[in-house]
Amino acid sequence: MSEASAVAGAGARVSLGVIFWTFLTAGAISFGGGVVAYLREYTVSDTKWLDDEAFLDALEISQTLPGLNAVNMSVIIGDKLRGIPGAAVAVLGLVFPGVVVIMGLGAVWQEQAHDPQVKAFLIGVAAAAVGLLSTVTLQLGRKQFAKPLDLAIITTTFIAVSILRIPLYIVLIGIGSAAIWLYWPGARQERLEERARQLRVRLIHRSYTHLRH
Amino acid sequence: MSKYFNLAWVFTLLAILAVGGGTAVLPEMQHLTVDEFHWITKGQFRAMYSLGQVAPGPNMLMVLLIGHKIAGATGALVVGLAFFLPDCILTLIANRLWERFKGSPWRTAVQEGMAPVAIGLMLAGTFAIARLSIFNLTSLLIAVLTFALLMWRHINPALLVLAGGVTYMLLPHVLRHMFPH
Repeated sequence: MSEASAVAGAGARVSLGVIFWTFLTAGAISFGGGVVAYLREYTVSDTKWLDDEAFLDALEISQTLPGLNAVNMSVIIGDKLRGIPGAAVAVLGLVFPGVVVIMGLGAVWQEQAHDPQVKAFLIGVAAAAVGLLSTVTLQLGRKQFAKPLDLAIITTTFIAVSILRIPLYIVLIGIGSAAIWLYWPGARQERLEERARQLRVRLIHRSYTHLRH
Repeated sequence: MSKYFNLAWVFTLLAILAVGGGTAVLPEMQHLTVDEFHWITKGQFRAMYSLGQVAPGPNMLMVLLIGHKIAGATGALVVGLAFFLPDCILTLIANRLWERFKGSPWRTAVQEGMAPVAIGLMLAGTFAIARLSIFNLTSLLIAVLTFALLMWRHINPALLVLAGGVTYMLLPHVLRHMFPH
């Protein structure tokens, strides 16, 4: 990392090698997901390639676009530093350690696939992953889970995919466009919230007057 | 040849649909690779997903294993390119355009509208893995304990994932040892 820190500095042109090495490190040490947190540490805190606001902007775009957040982030940051070659080496660096390890693990697993111990271990890993995925989803969606309209969209999406088994492209086109429509300028969503608020006030008022009688 | 072609278009399709990241397309990926094309079994899908969890970097590199299973090293390469390249190109173009729409109410509408859809899809992906891996008390406890520990403390999730695997592997032996018969 000292190499990267030395190159950093206001406006200095970052070499492709340094970009590759930085993303390679992030890709190598981020076990169990959480790649984005390491990227923030390396590209914002250590090297000052981006400020916090630019990083959050990039994250917002990465989450809206299809694709893995960490990969999309690497494209955006690499492109910002050195254009298309920068984006390419950033992505290659990020995935390189994982590719090597997963292909190695895959080879071992194919030999041992029928070993009951290996099978049991991998079931336990998947079960733990369910706990991990739940926390990640809750944390990423903290804002959305607290908002009635968003909660309704979350629930509808979940039911459509997991229970009704509607193909994903239909879900994305249908619910996706409905959700964007609700948020479209013209404040449909604000009108909805206003109506919900009025309804709530009326209900509270009614139960209140009811109590008084 | 048609093998490579099928791998390529299935994973390109998945890449384009991956709003909300890799977790969001897990149900569709399982449906296509297990039920639709019979490339792998449910158990193999679960095992490959778990291997992705113990490898560093993005977990979804597990797609390479699916490609490798079907068509060897070339299959892995085809799947890797099909699953990662389209989104990289899309992000590159969209990010450059996106800058121009900064602060526009339409950009906000797309971001605000798609955010809950993405969360709903991640929830569905989590549920898909739960259906594959939780079928007895031990696996349920591993999932719940992992969740509780991560919510409670800042623990490296990789350690908990490994602990889950070791627990599930060893617990039957430990129990048999403690309660023989």
